[in-house]
Amino acid sequence: MKIEDNVLLDLIETKSKVLDVGCGDGNLLLILKKNKNINGRGIEINQLKVTECLSKGLAVIEGDAEKDLINYPDNSFDFAILNQSLQQFYNPRKVLNDLLRIANKAIITIPNFGYWKVRLHLLLKGKMPITKTLPYNWFDTPNLHMSTIKDFYFLCKIDKIRIMKSISITNNKFSTINYSNLNIKNLISEIGVFLITK
Amino acid sequence: MKLNFENINKITISKDLLLDCGVKLNKFDVAFETYGKLDKNKKNAILIFHALSGDQFVTGLNKVTGKEGWWNLVVGENKPIDTKKYFVICANVIGGCMGSTGPKEICKETGKPYGLGFPVITIKDMVKAQAYLLDHLGIDKTLAVLGGSMGGMQALQFCSLYPNKTFTAVPIACAASHSAQNIAFNELARQAIMADPEWDAGNYISTGKIPRKGLAIARMAGHISYLSEKGLQNKFGRKLQEDKELQFSFDADFQVESYLKYQGYSFVDRFDANSYLYITRAMDYFDLYKANNGNLSLAFENTKIKFCIISFSTDWLYPTSESKKIVIALNSIGAEVSFVNIITNNGHDSFLVNEPKFLDTLKGFLESNYEDFKNEN
Repeated sequence: MKIEDNVLLDLIETKSKVLDVGCGDGNLLLILKKNKNINGRGIEINQLKVTECLSKGLAVIEGDAEKDLINYPDNSFDFAILNQSLQQFYNPRKVLNDLLRIANKAIITIPNFGYWKVRLHLLLKGKMPITKTLPYNWFDTPNLHMSTIKDFYFLCKIDKIRIMKSISITNNKFSTINYSNLNIKNLISEIGVFLITK
Repeated sequence: MKLNFENINKITISKDLLLDCGVKLNKFDVAFETYGKLDKNKKNAILIFHALSGDQFVTGLNKVTGKEGWWNLVVGENKPIDTKKYFVICANVIGGCMGSTGPKEICKETGKPYGLGFPVITIKDMVKAQAYLLDHLGIDKTLAVLGGSMGGMQALQFCSLYPNKTFTAVPIACAASHSAQNIAFNELARQAIMADPEWDAGNYISTGKIPRKGLAIARMAGHISYLSEKGLQNKFGRKLQEDKELQFSFDADFQVESYLKYQGYSFVDRFDANSYLYITRAMDYFDLYKANNGNLSLAFENTKIKFCIISFSTDWLYPTSESKKIVIALNSIGAEVSFVNIITNNGHDSFLVNEPKFLDTLKGFLESNYEDFKNEN
């Protein structure tokens, strides 16, 4: 199991109702189903992956979260998960707020553009960074809105979103982020994981 | 073609069936076929609903026509709906013409075929009749109910009527109500049949006639709506018949013309014109929105059924947007719903042809739920 999955697993309450937005092959939903006995649903844009999910017994809708989240009623889930795809939406701010309308809490993970290797890549090479978590060339990246952990904090502040937990992941290790270590964590984290609510 | 009704399976159900139109049938026949074996714990039954022109002969040989079953590609040993694993049931709808009570059967009071004396039936009536069949077979809860087109409508209606009688449902290429376009196409078909003098106000069986032309045209119109513009273009384009030159006549110059004629006239051999009127009417009357005061979600309130909705990208008869409405209605009440829109050029007929992504989805969904249903308390 990936370290991210472990971190997410810890954040999800047993028997809760979970919507995994961009659930891929359903691996995370399966882990949560098995370990936390959740009632899980998924949205996935890639049809082959949806079919794979169905063969695993998962309830998944083929769709584009950006267009389809509007069809979900308020407070219909305990948790919504957005695993490293916030930066891929045209309007990430709207998606974020939609998730918190649909679910009581949301778990967002982002590839941190403030990670020192990313910063160094741009500084020294003068080219858009290509790293383990950001493996694309600028001209074919699905990532439209890159942000740093600090940027995410800023958005939460202006949209009055409460960050309940904030976790840094680097090299398969995780640690807690808080306001006092935000600057350093923003520099040394590959991935930021946030448990948020409104 | 000689039709042979001698060896078909049917049961007479001596129970009251109150039809939506107000008429009560106190006895009716349901012709059906089963494939595979019912497990001891009765947890492998799949009820398939057929479409407008379909029948109970899903796979193998159609006992009446001697031709191949209409879903041979999908149902059978080692096929996506594997009859080594599942017990498959399919019944001819009431109002149909393959042995279930319908307009071509003899009315016991008059001793003549019902003809237009047969009451107008609805999708709900069809579904109720088939629920009696499940009772007869001793099946309290099926693993799945499924079907394409009108079969999908029946599946939706079944889930709304009997939320505890199935574990899953797969409505394919369908809608929760008939659109104006759907009704228009059906009306075109009905008018074609009724304009044929041989139809004889529906009494053609008594007078030994068959409204061949009317029914064939009805089927041709239907057939166009089952295919996509691109599908037709790819298959036929402007290709000419063997003559290879325009004949400056009104015979079939183009291949697409002779294809349509073939489809139309071969249909006449196996289908009853009055049944076509009745079944298309039932489809037109289908409206799960209206039945629930405009709120489709109410049709499935508190449902525990797991749904898998499947649509096809080039289906313009029951477009993807209609399937999405069903998904939204189910989603908004927290029902367990999955949805796939298969990209294809095969139009509405996609569920009847080899469409690997569709077949994989169907197979995967049934297999995973088969395991879950077995373990359900």
